[in-house]
Amino acid sequence: MNRPGQNMNRQSRRKARNAMRSAAIFVAGLALFIAIVAPYAWLVISSISHASELTSVPPHWIPHRPTLEKFIQMFTPDIRGISETAAMFKYAMLNSAIVAIFVTIITLIAASLAAYAFARLTFPGRDQLLLGIVAVRMLPAISIMIALYVTLTKLGLLDTKLGLVLLYLSFTLPFAIWIMTGFFKTIPVELEEAARIDGASRLGALFHIVLPLSAPGLVSTGIFVFMASWDEFFYPLIFTSTYLAKPVPVAITEFAGRHAIDYPAMAAGGVLASIPPLVLAFIFQRYIISGLTAGGVKG
Amino acid sequence: MSFEPRESRATMPRQSPWKGYQLAISLILPSLILLGGIILYPILNNFFISFFRYDLTMPWSRPFVGLGNYIDMFKNREFLASVGRAAYFTAVSVSLEVVLGLLIALFLNQKFRGQAFLKTLIILPWAVPTVVSAIMWKWIYDANYGALNGILLQLGFIEKYQPWLTRPLTAMNLIIMADVWHQTPFVVFIFLAALSTIPAPLYEAAKVDGAGVVNAFFKITLPLMKPAFLIVLVIRTMEAFRIFDIIYVITGGGPANATQVVTYYTYVETFRYLHLGNGAAQSFVVSLFIMLLSIVYIKLLNAKVEY
Repeated sequence: MNRPGQNMNRQSRRKARNAMRSAAIFVAGLALFIAIVAPYAWLVISSISHASELTSVPPHWIPHRPTLEKFIQMFTPDIRGISETAAMFKYAMLNSAIVAIFVTIITLIAASLAAYAFARLTFPGRDQLLLGIVAVRMLPAISIMIALYVTLTKLGLLDTKLGLVLLYLSFTLPFAIWIMTGFFKTIPVELEEAARIDGASRLGALFHIVLPLSAPGLVSTGIFVFMASWDEFFYPLIFTSTYLAKPVPVAITEFAGRHAIDYPAMAAGGVLASIPPLVLAFIFQRYIISGLTAGGVKG
Repeated sequence: MSFEPRESRATMPRQSPWKGYQLAISLILPSLILLGGIILYPILNNFFISFFRYDLTMPWSRPFVGLGNYIDMFKNREFLASVGRAAYFTAVSVSLEVVLGLLIALFLNQKFRGQAFLKTLIILPWAVPTVVSAIMWKWIYDANYGALNGILLQLGFIEKYQPWLTRPLTAMNLIIMADVWHQTPFVVFIFLAALSTIPAPLYEAAKVDGAGVVNAFFKITLPLMKPAFLIVLVIRTMEAFRIFDIIYVITGGGPANATQVVTYYTYVETFRYLHLGNGAAQSFVVSLFIMLLSIVYIKLLNAKVEY
């Protein structure tokens, strides 16, 4: 028989344990929240602060006179008195967007055709070829840089957006072929066979059955490719020199001039550069995570 | 070798094999042409260049030097030191990312208020472009106006602002911190996915058998997460070993080459000193090393997971 005292004791002990658990979870959650947000929040705050508030010791954590001046300056045409990097930043954004969009479109088309062959057709050397393509993705960019530099110089593609599109395909295409082969394999062959009995060709089956059914895979691959292109730094560092082609990651490193750094402008550039990938990441989070766990890498 | 199979096949009424492969080849061809031009040819060319003294500063002579560039490389103290620095960066950043990633994934796998919010938010550091994350940390570490100095001063840990990035080991460790902030979410995603595949009845059965939470973690959770660990370890190791962007932005290899990792050294050798032959040999050896890792990775990915 349970005595009432024992029962209460057990209850209060459980209550105490629950309270401890919630307290621990609260502390851990708060620490994680701060670790994720604080560094980026400081970038955003810096971008809307006056330089004098940032250079006081210690800095004003909350700006007394917040301003959007730096953002407005960057998008005002023919403005004087700001650095070349700040004045040209909008063109860098445009270059990045154009290159990333073209890379995404070309990659999705070429990779879905190739991935269909790898997933559905049999031909000699198929598995070895796929493994080779995946292995090539692991190469450090520097190992192909020298020869590419010589070739692109000969073709007159240095410092052009077309040159960047070609270069970026070297890491987006192997990734996309690998990940889309995986997606296509998850689509039941029976559906395709039914369509082919009804008279559809192989290509017809690809366009009318396989591609629509693997739309989530296409979306996640496309977002990866876009983000990887937007992120790329090493190729444009070497292959671009003017704002004809220079993309955001290279432009952003140039706020640090020879004499002084315009910290608020640099921070504003950083915020602008991170808006497209952040928006994509938060809208398409589920697709991104399924792609990450299926394919393993960002690019 | 016997020719029998071919003969017996020839007797069968069958379309020519070429006919069957035609579609496959034409589907793959666009990708193959692109990849051949932008990857295969440059790799072979790179390999070829690595046997010549190919200095753009002396364009009139390109003598064949055989394995000379490779021998130079292994006698070059600066190069070997840069490999050592890349190994240090890789070992420390990857172990921190795996440990933190596991703890965060286990935490986010609990049920509590705000869990969904944190799970969404954690994509932020990963989605911020690498170079933006690098300038952000450089600004935080700044010697004169940095937020790190500001906070430490206000909390009373330092009496005056410190030039953090001028100290060799500190500079390297601060770069590692920046990398950990940017990359840990990736590890969290992989671990969360692995955790979600562990069937709940396993834990219930363990509870019935009297196993505690800790015991269940070591006997059930960890063994079943082994494939996820392998994937994370190999991918992160490969990426960390070829780290370039954040080092270029935060320290530029300094102070006194203390953060000059191997890809950065090769970059300087190739594109600043224009020693293309040496650069080609170095990048070939680094690639070979990373390729070996990638073969391990592919083998592991293809290995069946047994429950």
